[in-house]
Amino acid sequence: MFSALRFLRRFCSFLLLSYFVTFSAISLATPTQSNTLSISNAFEFNSIDPSKYGHVYTRMQILETLLNVDEKGNLVAALAKSWQVMDEAKRWRLTLREDVRFHDGALMDAQAVVNSLNIAREKHGVLRKAPVKSIQVIDTNTVEITLTRPYVILGAVLAHYSTGILEPGSYNQEGEVIVLSGTGPYQLYQYAPPHKLVVKKFDNYWGKKASIPYASYLTGHRAESRTMQARSGQADIVFGLNPASLPLLKRLPTLTVHSNPIPRTIALKLNSTHEFLKEIEARQALSLAINRSGIAKGVLRIPGAQAEQLLPASMADWYLTDVSESADSLAQAEKLLASIGWKKNAQGTLEREGKAFELTLITYADRPELTVVATALQDQWKALGVKLTINITNSSAIPAGHHDGSLEVALMARNYGFIANPLGVILSDFNQSGGGDWGAMNWHNDDMQGLLNKLEQTTDTQAFHRLSQQVARLIYQERPMIPVSYYVQQTAVNKRVKGFRFDPFERSFFLNEMEFVK
Amino acid sequence: MKDILLKRLLQLLAVVWGVGTLTFILMRALPGDMAYRIAASRYGHDNVDAQAATLVREELGLDANPFLLYINWLFDLLQFKLGDSLVSGTPVIDSVQHMLGYSVLLAVTGLFISILIAIPLGLLSAWKGNPIDNAVMAFSSVVRAMPVFVIGVIFLMLFALHWNWFPVAGFGTPAHLVLPALTLALSLAAVSNRVVKSSAQRVFKSSFYTFAQVKGLSKWRTFHRHGIRNIALPVVAFFGIQLISMIEGIVMIESLFSWPGIGHGLAHAIFARDIPVIQGAALIMGVLFVLLNTLIDLLCYWIDPRAGDVKGERA
Repeated sequence: MFSALRFLRRFCSFLLLSYFVTFSAISLATPTQSNTLSISNAFEFNSIDPSKYGHVYTRMQILETLLNVDEKGNLVAALAKSWQVMDEAKRWRLTLREDVRFHDGALMDAQAVVNSLNIAREKHGVLRKAPVKSIQVIDTNTVEITLTRPYVILGAVLAHYSTGILEPGSYNQEGEVIVLSGTGPYQLYQYAPPHKLVVKKFDNYWGKKASIPYASYLTGHRAESRTMQARSGQADIVFGLNPASLPLLKRLPTLTVHSNPIPRTIALKLNSTHEFLKEIEARQALSLAINRSGIAKGVLRIPGAQAEQLLPASMADWYLTDVSESADSLAQAEKLLASIGWKKNAQGTLEREGKAFELTLITYADRPELTVVATALQDQWKALGVKLTINITNSSAIPAGHHDGSLEVALMARNYGFIANPLGVILSDFNQSGGGDWGAMNWHNDDMQGLLNKLEQTTDTQAFHRLSQQVARLIYQERPMIPVSYYVQQTAVNKRVKGFRFDPFERSFFLNEMEFVK
Repeated sequence: MKDILLKRLLQLLAVVWGVGTLTFILMRALPGDMAYRIAASRYGHDNVDAQAATLVREELGLDANPFLLYINWLFDLLQFKLGDSLVSGTPVIDSVQHMLGYSVLLAVTGLFISILIAIPLGLLSAWKGNPIDNAVMAFSSVVRAMPVFVIGVIFLMLFALHWNWFPVAGFGTPAHLVLPALTLALSLAAVSNRVVKSSAQRVFKSSFYTFAQVKGLSKWRTFHRHGIRNIALPVVAFFGIQLISMIEGIVMIESLFSWPGIGHGLAHAIFARDIPVIQGAALIMGVLFVLLNTLIDLLCYWIDPRAGDVKGERA
């Protein structure tokens, strides 16, 4: 028995020793709560490659791009202090800042920039899709990009996270990123994928230097956990709050809650050659039967977020000001369907030529709100006489279903600010093959293709506005996609932090502009 | 003892081959295009499209003959290579080591606290009889009936929000470990205290125990000399099972407390069809399963060497 006790004693000592060794090492290396701005967000990261998780590193301000965009989507200088668009947007010349250092101390020059851009071109991303002919060094501080055809959104492409500039030594011979040596006001300090990232301020930053020594990013998968992190003060900035928790958080004297609209829309993608969806009237009727205000208020709990158009009002070029939600829309929807031969049977389901109006909708669970919105749509379309089956799957089933033709209807959250100029997303979502992986499907409209071709080459802002309004109207009238609701980013910020501002394009957390209240 | 170790070694080899092969077959048998799944996890759902899927397919040679891929995997395994993650490109062994380290830390701490709760409660229930037993039984039933997620939320409300003693989520300091470990411990102790109670009651009511008291030993001395070892045998075996199931199955706790454990990592790898990570994690967990079982067997053998003798005689 004594040997048993001895064993227990030794085991306990071993356990205590292991704790001490493990945690004393971690504690010493970890920045403290008083010098660290802690951020909690829902999304994980698994790689330091900008083509994969660059959005995390631009937000944490490790990685910077040649150009930036302001909150209205206008291009502004970043690592390039100026740029010239020549030969009808076929040649772009960028002049680099002269005093920019990478985190390892090396000076940024045109060679480093060309190296990063050429590597980005080889990988999946927006630069690979651009009609780039060559990227050349003109002199130490000048880079020139030549295109095979005019491409006005190249500026927005150069502001995309996947085109971030890294020091040449950050890549191995195969172009894989092995070290994240960027130019931002913060440098990578601790990298523990997929949950935790800590950055440390970079004293040799070329622009506004950070005042907060460290910032950490922690993935909190559950909205409940993130809400509690905000309440307890463990996290200074918490993104992606559940709207149901907002009234409580707003009452807390330690927090400020920010609600910012973002250019992401919950929308339905329809297969326009499906035998029930090929008529414009059918798509219009399905759109009319959606009670958007009800979904925004009762399901998403964001009153006013209902979306009649794909792009939000903040993207003025693409937003029609003369469109409003129609009254008595269910009756109108029924009338439209009756006009193309649909009649309700004894069970209340629409029928035409002996076939019931039945559709299968796919959506994905990465964004939990989509599942709930799908069930609301199921109920609302049932009132119209349309039977909807819902399949919850992986997000990749949408592009896969688009290509193999099996997709009927998909519900998704589309980010129209993925490239700062929405034309980039519109071009890929409504291209000449009848749509795009995350856009229309088998929707062919000659006017649309003509308009998009012109838009790609239009540098004049008034002409651009006129053309994009025509595109928005075509999408609104023919409904190859049906918008449901806009997103609003709900953020809680602890009052010990001042200087917080939200980037609607979600490119930066602006950490270097924030400071702790003394 | 040699028999136990030899048998376990053979089991270990069978588990390594069996788990790896089964995972390989099952993951490839799942519906849906692997290239799209991997691309979605690599680039995020805003950025997954046919081009990304084609790139992934070409880079990883997903169109290659599955049998050849399987042979390659087996050949790598013989060289102790687990390959690289299809999503992040990092070596599988690094991710598994990172995740498993945190899972083991949480599981061992949780189990240790649960032992501290379960043994006194179980013994007290068996010793004092009905009034205490009923109360402990009611408490155990309530705790066990609650999803572990709810216990976690209650602890968070009390210790993280009301008193602000511990952080809500995260990892890296001892304070981060307290609430997930306590949640786990309470949920485990709700069952294990019943096992302790029933084992103790069996011993207390046995004739050898009564005889020890009749021959004049004090209560403590009887318990010390004849109780502990006899009670310990089934209890140790049960704690062993709990430890093993915990390492694989504490996804909810890991998710609630943002703890980077293997349960959560494995779930994400399955969604992403990251086959090398799934195979590597399943394989290491299989090995761990055999090793922990061996350890429990040895511990039981040490507590009661007669079991080994009987087996030896039979052999």
